[in-house]
Amino acid sequence: MISFSNVYKRYPNGFEALKNIAFTIKQGEMVFITGNSGAGKSTLLKLIGAIERPTTGGIIVNDQNISKLKNSAIPYLRRNLGMVFQGQKILFDRSVFDNVVLPLQICGFEHQSAAGRVRAALDKVGLLDKEKALPITLSGGEQQRLCIARAVVNRPSILIADEPTTYLDPSYTKDIMNMFKSFHQVGVTVLITTPTAALLESPQYRILSLNHGELVT
Amino acid sequence: MWLSHHWHAFFLALRRLVGSPLANLLNIIVIGVAFSLPTGVYMLLGNVQSLSGQLSGAPQLNVFLKLDTGKDAIEKLKSHLKQHPQVENFRFLPKDKALEQLKQRNGMATAINSLTRNPLPDAFIIDAKSISPETLKRLRNEMLKWPDSMHVQLDSDWMERLNALLKLGQIALLILTALLSFALIVVTFNTIRLQILTKRNEIEVSKLIGATSNFIRRPFLYFGAIQGVAGGAIAWLIVALVINLINSELINLVRLYAVDFQLHHISFEDSISLLLFSSWLGWVGAWLSVASHLWQIEP
Repeated sequence: MISFSNVYKRYPNGFEALKNIAFTIKQGEMVFITGNSGAGKSTLLKLIGAIERPTTGGIIVNDQNISKLKNSAIPYLRRNLGMVFQGQKILFDRSVFDNVVLPLQICGFEHQSAAGRVRAALDKVGLLDKEKALPITLSGGEQQRLCIARAVVNRPSILIADEPTTYLDPSYTKDIMNMFKSFHQVGVTVLITTPTAALLESPQYRILSLNHGELVT
Repeated sequence: MWLSHHWHAFFLALRRLVGSPLANLLNIIVIGVAFSLPTGVYMLLGNVQSLSGQLSGAPQLNVFLKLDTGKDAIEKLKSHLKQHPQVENFRFLPKDKALEQLKQRNGMATAINSLTRNPLPDAFIIDAKSISPETLKRLRNEMLKWPDSMHVQLDSDWMERLNALLKLGQIALLILTALLSFALIVVTFNTIRLQILTKRNEIEVSKLIGATSNFIRRPFLYFGAIQGVAGGAIAWLIVALVINLINSELINLVRLYAVDFQLHHISFEDSISLLLFSSWLGWVGAWLSVASHLWQIEP
């Protein structure tokens, strides 16, 4: 479960990215966060991952109060979140396998069980035959799928993705979205930011719209 | 899990080490050459100490009596020395015997025969129970106060000078070790700083997906320690080679002085200490670098 109550986020330069945000996302829900550039979508996801801290207000993620979380506890919170970042954050000097295995190494998995999980995740995103490839040799869609595999390899209860289909052509976009839907179907809470609601082909999912840092729906 | 993290960090450090072999090899050689200096000086001091021990034996006190000392006084002194708590053993060297011994030396017989009387005094040659310089000095001062004593010679003076020189050498060694240890720390600090800069993306991603500071820090610490231990091994090799080279020439030299001496190699304990110390210094350098740079990288 993710719960925001009266959350404000003001950056040191005075820019108010989020104003009085309050919502609750239940376990297993799939939610889209939309809004124009600068609306506060990425800031909202960063608050969930404790990459940023709220200026005021309370945020509960997996029963943990992010606002009061100690810095030393943040890594353990992130291990239960699958995050797909806007800038992808791929390590280009490592193979596809080595990129995906990193979260498991961080959690201290033995090599054999980690390898099994990595191959299962790569299979799920259709990259099993490219585990030894370097990310630079992958197409844009494949690179995004690599990021998704890395996000889900640790079997997180919450999957958040910051504009995962930006810069992808429509066929890849549909492919990626279907992937998120499949994770949602097995009970994972999925939170995706996307620039405009018009891009969404699945009106049955809940949409949170942001406008200049305020929640409008 | 703890062991798995350490294996992962160790292999990552090894991978980084072989990832840029030339740069890392040069660093290791620099550390090795720098560390061979204090190691070499340490070995030299140890060898000189062992040589001085071989040459000197236990220091002795020679008490020369006044020329007019009578037999009764000599007997009294003998019994006094027998009961003296600081005297291990002694022997009396009468002046006639001393003259005989002097005559037997090459070139001295003619000169001694021309003398009208024996100019040598009777003497006691004394081995003290303790060889500490303080005790020996106290004993000398006591013997100087005997009414029949003319002169007391303590043959440990040159030993004291040598010991003073060795102490000076030890201080120089400490300073040299401290300076070069600092240099090793600086070299490692800089290497790790550059590594952190080039691995910035990896560190950022790792933090984003749940890596603790310890997880990120560990491969750098292992890298510093491995680089340090490799530098220590190079220093050991350099010193071992130099000792071999010197020994091959030293054999001819010491033969001329009828002394059985050659430079000792680094002992097993000292070798282990050298490797542990250089490894620890590398670890410290890496730790300082990570502590001062890692916090700057936040996702």
